[in-house]
Amino acid sequence: MSSSDLVYLAPEIILSIGASILLLMPVIWQGSDRSAKSFTLVVLGITAISIVVSSHAVVNIAQSQQLQAMFTLDPFSIFFKLLFIVVMAMIVLLSDDFLAEARYSRWEYYSLLAFALIGMMFMASGMSLITIWIGLELMSISSYILAGYFKNEGKSTEAAMKYFVLGAVSSAILLYGLSLIYGVCGSLNLLKISAAMSTIITNDALMFGIMLLGAGLCFKIAAVPFHVWTPDVYEGAPTPITAFLSTGSKAAAFAVFARVFYVGLHDFQLGWSNVLATIAALSMILGNLAAITQDNVKRMLAYSSIAHAGYLLLGIIALNSFGLSGVLVYSIVYMFANIGIWSIILMLRRHEYAGERVDDFEGLSRRAPLWSFAMVIFLLSLGGIPPTAGFIGKYYLFAAAVQSGFGWLAIIAVLMSAVSMFYYLRLVVAMYLKEGRQADVAITPALRFVAAVCLVVTLFLGIYPPPMIHQVYEATKAVAARAAITHASR
Amino acid sequence: MDSILNWITYIPLIGALVILFFERDSRTIRYTATAVAILDFFVSLVLWFKFDPKLTGEAMFQFRWTTDWIPSLGVKYDFGVDGIAVLLILLTTFMGVIAIASSFSAIEHGQKEYYVLLLLLQTGMIGTFCALDFFLFYVFWEVMLVPMYFIIGIWGGPRKLYAAIKFFLYTLSGSVLMLLAILALYFFNEGGIPFLNIKGLGNPATFAVLQYHKIGYLIPPTLQFWIFAGFFFGFAIKVPMFPFHTWLPDAHVEAPTAGSIILAAVLLKMGTYGFVRFALPILPDGTRQWLMPIVILSIIGIIYGALVSLVQKDMKKLVAYSSVSHLGFVMLGMFALNPMGLKGSVLQMINHGISTGALFLLVGIIYERRHTRMIADYGGLAKQMPMYATMFLIAALSSMGLPALNGFIGEFTILLGVANRSMVWAAFGAVGIVLGAAYLLWLYQRVFWGPLDNPANQNVRDLNRRELAMLVALVAIMFWIGIYPSTFFDKIEEPVNYIVQKVDPSYFNGQTNVGRVLNPAGRAESPSHIELAEKTK
Repeated sequence: MSSSDLVYLAPEIILSIGASILLLMPVIWQGSDRSAKSFTLVVLGITAISIVVSSHAVVNIAQSQQLQAMFTLDPFSIFFKLLFIVVMAMIVLLSDDFLAEARYSRWEYYSLLAFALIGMMFMASGMSLITIWIGLELMSISSYILAGYFKNEGKSTEAAMKYFVLGAVSSAILLYGLSLIYGVCGSLNLLKISAAMSTIITNDALMFGIMLLGAGLCFKIAAVPFHVWTPDVYEGAPTPITAFLSTGSKAAAFAVFARVFYVGLHDFQLGWSNVLATIAALSMILGNLAAITQDNVKRMLAYSSIAHAGYLLLGIIALNSFGLSGVLVYSIVYMFANIGIWSIILMLRRHEYAGERVDDFEGLSRRAPLWSFAMVIFLLSLGGIPPTAGFIGKYYLFAAAVQSGFGWLAIIAVLMSAVSMFYYLRLVVAMYLKEGRQADVAITPALRFVAAVCLVVTLFLGIYPPPMIHQVYEATKAVAARAAITHASR
Repeated sequence: MDSILNWITYIPLIGALVILFFERDSRTIRYTATAVAILDFFVSLVLWFKFDPKLTGEAMFQFRWTTDWIPSLGVKYDFGVDGIAVLLILLTTFMGVIAIASSFSAIEHGQKEYYVLLLLLQTGMIGTFCALDFFLFYVFWEVMLVPMYFIIGIWGGPRKLYAAIKFFLYTLSGSVLMLLAILALYFFNEGGIPFLNIKGLGNPATFAVLQYHKIGYLIPPTLQFWIFAGFFFGFAIKVPMFPFHTWLPDAHVEAPTAGSIILAAVLLKMGTYGFVRFALPILPDGTRQWLMPIVILSIIGIIYGALVSLVQKDMKKLVAYSSVSHLGFVMLGMFALNPMGLKGSVLQMINHGISTGALFLLVGIIYERRHTRMIADYGGLAKQMPMYATMFLIAALSSMGLPALNGFIGEFTILLGVANRSMVWAAFGAVGIVLGAAYLLWLYQRVFWGPLDNPANQNVRDLNRRELAMLVALVAIMFWIGIYPSTFFDKIEEPVNYIVQKVDPSYFNGQTNVGRVLNPAGRAESPSHIELAEKTK
């Protein structure tokens, strides 16, 4: 470890300091916690700047051998880190009024979010399975606490408990998988694992290890059959935390998924692709079908997020250029559409938990025409209907599946995305077509800002995607080279 | 002039955006919407006059406007029209005016949203006909769904929610399968699908439809079969062919009048247009393999649609089912795969748009006055509403194919083409025509003749000036096509030859491939595949 390595780690170090200060604030600052939001946003901003600065600075600075084996600051990780910071900033904006209304302390909440972000950043940068695991744990433990943050509410506590118990088991499974992989390959570094694997034709212990690793990750992305926690936790957790779990946490797990499978395990594709394909198919089918019957919007979106994990898995299974780009593109478009939806749910979420039932949307089109229009765009984006950004994301993933020869999976995927419109349209029906009562809304400036940003991005990227595609291409170049897949200028 | 297609496509969109800033439910909204639609129609007339029907090959696609859209995927923004598209665009802009003008008194709440959605729908439909890039085509194709969903869902009849969702999901399921077909084409043209041992051509990535017209015949027959399957589901649901038609009666019955007019006149043509533009010229082998199933389904559609129409008690449902029958005719003519059949098929698309559009308009007019569509509630209307009865008679006769009206020309040409291929198919088609005459004449008899004994009908107003103007315009076109169809046939002569050349090259060598088609093996080796087989060796 040399001192120049600090440049590589600067964003994480800065964020750790910020998170610690946030945690200590209630002790050293006796006043109100109203400034917590601005303080957190400043910390996030500084972290974002330091990511950009470090990424330029490291071009001329050599990385020590030890750090290189564990950590990288490549375009892929920078892409995800910046994405995570955007997610976090929006989650903070969504949370503030919500916390104020519920009278819970903001400092601790934001510091936990910041710690989760540190974990996510390490996940995106991890080149060693152990770095990745530690990042994952940091993120998970912070999310367990956040899921139960509303400690006086039974549902929230229950969610945290379920999430924690199942999460701990899955972490153990994941760790066991890592140890098996380490035992066979003799290293935890992804490049060394990849090198070792190219000489192994078949090995049961390795196969078992990969399966356990996959199972652990599938728990984080909520893929069937590791999804059972999702509806309960999504329903019980404070709504902004649900938004975080369904976007940030999931995107981080997919960053790991993409890195581990494209860089580390690509030689073993025949071993894992069929298993993952089955998981993806089950997730899409079960997620979408179960979502149809839900009356609670949070549960509906939980099942929908299970289905979306299935779509995203297509990108991993395909192991081609479209797939890799698809994971990144889809992460972006899914994130904006999803956070947009949560921001609109939060607009409704006043006076005794409105915004949790489909009926609560009734008549929204008359109370808030612009935001119900935005909601329609977000739902169409999740359903993959052009000209919204969701179509571009789905296009990449479906193309990846067709190109990799998983025709049957592609057929399931497209039909299930048509089925998904059925329950997305239920919300549209409630907003526009039901002559019911008037929806109660409380639109704060922060919510309005987040929804507007998501709306503009979702429409812009749907109509003119080249800038996004260019960024994604730059971010995936190096990873694609490692996976030895042709990565033409798409 | 080069950007004329952009203007035609986006004038309605611009109009919709302008209307968004108007006050709710003001009278100006209707007039602005009508003005926008009329303006769009006049601009589209430029196509009629400036289009050169003599050009052949790729030059046939005129008014091209191309620019990069997503270069990294090979997606271009590529607009261009041939004679078929010109006619369909004119049909769209014309019926757009009719649809908007027909809503004046029918739509009472949410006028602003209603006209905005109608205009958005207009943009989607015209863009679909203009697009010469698969990606762009798909985008417009899907864009049409959402406004139509809302038009049915908000301003529809009692079962509007059910009908709207059924319409949306049915068409969406078809179109996502079409997306897979497009992707398979895309990869065949580019790098192939190594996993399935499908060798690609190694061309640069593109979605250009004309490129696929050129290379389509190189696709191995099995892959053609599957790609055709994808297109088939996308288009057959839209047409709709039996047995995918079940969304249609629901959507038509529940939709407001303008929705039904647009649905019948234009949206259904999307499916047949898709077959003509994409499936046939790109997939000659796929067409041959799917020929018999499609012909059989078309014939079932013709007969079944007519028989079901015969027993309907609801006028609108009757007209809706008659569409299933008429579109079966269009499909049958198309799959005769000779210039005569295809010409008839394309003309019949226009005819169906005009005639069925007129019938839906007429049903809408009487519904506005009496709030019932049940045939049993009427009788003897001819005495009370002579003008209305006359117009209805002309529209019905046009729909059933009486000489001197448009339907006759279309159906006759189709029958000629089909008979050239198989007398058996033609015989079934002829039965359909007879049945068509039966249900329409019976409908007319029950509604307009007999005693005017229902007191509620005794004070019904006849047509007002607005309604009369719309119907006179429609009837004029019916007579025009019926008496002097060559102005229309001229425009589609070259495109039709182009398609036949692609789908059945041997036709122009004097030897039709009827024998090949009916060959039980289902697919014959055409020279192109021997070439391809040699290439891959």
